[in-house]
Amino acid sequence: MSGQRTSSIRLPGLSILLVLASALVMGMLVLLPLFEVFRGAFEKGIGPYLAAVREPDALSAIRLTLLVAAIAVPLNAAFGVAAAWCIAKFEFRGKSALLTMIDLPFSMSPVVSGLVWVLLFGAQGWFGTWLIDHDVKIIFATTGLVLATILVTFPFVARELIPLMQDQGADEESAALTLGASGFTTFFRITLPNIRWALLYGVLLCNARAMGEFGAVSVVSGHIRGLTTTLPLHVEVLYNDYDFVGAFATASLLASLGLITLVLKTGLEWRHAGELSANRRH
Amino acid sequence: MGITLAYLGAIVVLPLAALAIRPWELGLSGVWQELTAPRVAAALKLSFGLSAIAALVNAPLGLLLAWTLTRYEFPGRRILDALVDLPFALPTAVAGIALTAIYAPNGPLGAVFAKFGLKTAYSPLGIFIALIFIGLPFVVRAIQPVLQDVDAEVEEAATTLGANALQRAVFVVLPAIAPSLISGVSLAFARAVGEYGSVVFIAGNMPMKTEIAPLLIVIKLEQYDYAGAAAVGLAMVAISFGALVVINAVQIHLAGRGRR
Amino acid sequence: MTHSHITRRGLVGAGAALGAAAATAPLLAGQAFAEDKSLTLLNVSYDPTRELYKEINAAYAAYWKGKTGQVIRIDQSHGGSGKQARSVIDGLQADVVTLALAADIDEISARAKLLPANWQSRLPNNSTPYTSTIVFLVRKGNPWKIKDWPDLVKPGVGVITANPKTSGGARWAYLAAYSYGLKTGGPAAAKDYITKLFKNVPVLDTGARGSTTTFAQRRIGDVLLSWENEAYLTIDEFGPNFDIIYPSSSILAEPPVALVDKNVDRHKTRTLAEGYLNFLYSPLAQDIIAKHHFRPRNAVAAAKYTANFKQIPLVTVDDTFGGWKKAQATHFADGGLFDQIYKPT
Repeated sequence: MSGQRTSSIRLPGLSILLVLASALVMGMLVLLPLFEVFRGAFEKGIGPYLAAVREPDALSAIRLTLLVAAIAVPLNAAFGVAAAWCIAKFEFRGKSALLTMIDLPFSMSPVVSGLVWVLLFGAQGWFGTWLIDHDVKIIFATTGLVLATILVTFPFVARELIPLMQDQGADEESAALTLGASGFTTFFRITLPNIRWALLYGVLLCNARAMGEFGAVSVVSGHIRGLTTTLPLHVEVLYNDYDFVGAFATASLLASLGLITLVLKTGLEWRHAGELSANRRH
Repeated sequence: MGITLAYLGAIVVLPLAALAIRPWELGLSGVWQELTAPRVAAALKLSFGLSAIAALVNAPLGLLLAWTLTRYEFPGRRILDALVDLPFALPTAVAGIALTAIYAPNGPLGAVFAKFGLKTAYSPLGIFIALIFIGLPFVVRAIQPVLQDVDAEVEEAATTLGANALQRAVFVVLPAIAPSLISGVSLAFARAVGEYGSVVFIAGNMPMKTEIAPLLIVIKLEQYDYAGAAAVGLAMVAISFGALVVINAVQIHLAGRGRR
Repeated sequence: MTHSHITRRGLVGAGAALGAAAATAPLLAGQAFAEDKSLTLLNVSYDPTRELYKEINAAYAAYWKGKTGQVIRIDQSHGGSGKQARSVIDGLQADVVTLALAADIDEISARAKLLPANWQSRLPNNSTPYTSTIVFLVRKGNPWKIKDWPDLVKPGVGVITANPKTSGGARWAYLAAYSYGLKTGGPAAAKDYITKLFKNVPVLDTGARGSTTTFAQRRIGDVLLSWENEAYLTIDEFGPNFDIIYPSSSILAEPPVALVDKNVDRHKTRTLAEGYLNFLYSPLAQDIIAKHHFRPRNAVAAAKYTANFKQIPLVTVDDTFGGWKKAQATHFADGGLFDQIYKPT
């Protein structure tokens, strides 16, 4: 595709200049920080790096991060599909209000996304006393971390699916239903295959953000070592321990996670550019 | 449908209600005083001002990147393309620590800037760099597909009619991508306003000067000022959401005009 | 379309992975919470005590095992003192709190009613098993010849300290500086001094640990206002590139400890938690405390490590500032003296 375009530009000098400028911007803003993370992680060699990653607190942080993502991402994925389904296939009052609500978490500071749960479930919050009386822990426990993560990553899947499903319309589903397929079958045989790549793409984005979230979880974590510290919080803990190798080693785990996400995502884009392009026109 | 609404209610509406109701225990004048207190006002101004500038600067930067990535073939293009998303995938706290290490006076780039008497980390410029960092992918990813779609025929027709490269860019390509450019910039803006993790490390956090609004929420919380924290939080949500709505309206207007 | 077969399998695989993750979730969660609650303590503490409590916890666990045969676990949470108090108020299930200053524990008592108002009289020495003070940390060779408080307000000197609103250590440092100002000419001179001092501060981190990193790792500023123990720790961690300077006077910092009654009763950990706090006063713990450069209460430990603690005149919050309540309201509350420093002129 881009091969054809090259012909329409006839100034090789300009193109080289622009490419160099782009490379410079990316290098200064994006590549250097990434390089810095890995440089810091391996500053004292591979031994301290492995030691930092294998430390029990680091392992439990990895476990907690995976657990939180394993709960938050499927929930948001399910919601994303359901919401996109409602919006794309049905006409109803308050549709634009629903759309607005889905977008709202985008404009919320992560700190606020954590704060709201404290206002609700903190000991001084609306339901705080009841929760304490019934010995239910939400804030400063896994549940609180999950809730904060869900709120931050809430719109990702829905935002990816809505434009695509709107584009596709409901014709195929109607046809299937007319031919006597059940709603359940229709969903799994028609709808899901149609949206699977956009869904996976949304899930990837959602997952990357869920694992890397810092601001929101920091408000609801309580920072109990080995119990309620997720990987990003563990980075902060180690940084404050003056354990910079450990901090950057943990950070490099997260960065690798981000890179893997990028590779998966780029792969998806190359193979399924057509299906995904609809979501780009936000 | 019912489940969707219930989930939405539990995850978004209920917490927002808590946020919306909490500040008013200060009373209307109390909230007003809270928000117009010099330190809060300065933090809000800094957060929104710098985010706006960063988002605007991201427009040409994003345009540059998107243009190079879609129009030229060069070695490493695909890698560059993939890396655009890195600020999005990299956890914010990690980005913050790394950016600080680089732009601190003893860091590789900070030292270069320091030679020219420019303070990068621990100044508004440092916050600005962090905000550009996190906003960049939003702009690039918003305009890239549209740029790819801009009809080559239209451009060639313009060339035939004697338009030079600059004229083509300004009169043909720019109007076509304007709506998505605006949408990308507004997303970058909304994200930058609330950004916490990548900014606190590099900001310097001086009251009135480099103290961002999300940090002020945290500080208020630590002083047990729940209502004050909620007031600042609510104001931030209201302003950035309002900005998004206005920008969306402009964008829809532009898109509509473009089609006609 | 040749790959449609493969891709479907891929999707199924992804679904299976998510399913597996969801299935293991309860297992993982169960593992974290299955232990006997009555044998687990949570100590919620402030920033500079990380290394100290790591060692004390191990010593107490060994002591408890020797006494009762039970294996216990002590969880730690560290952070800015104010933030930690806020977390306990919001429901963080601390059995004991060991914070930077009494005002923060007062807040827990006043706002969440988790412990009685007279908590500070329940343990010896105002419930402070150790004390500390604020000293200066300068770069090797002391290029700015910083000897005492007046040197900090000289033009061009970069002073690193944290935000007193969020950091307990910075609050002690602020009061130490202010008390010097008071000595030179009463409240007006003190206000003038503290204003000039903070004009020399280029970075205001949220916690003491953050400001140490800024000073030592990023090499910003010429002098760090530091906890005494943090100053020694910095030299241990970052190498001998620094000198510790004791000013002519400083403040007696008393970081208190307290039992969180409501939480220990709920967890049935009262005996264990009380034992833990009393253990802090034992000769063994006092020795560990002194080793970590906190000033011990125990005379034997104090004598053993006497070379580490230079004796300088130390003012107290009670005598100079009329207690924490008053100090907090005058200096650190919204609109207080600290806010006025940053009023635009």
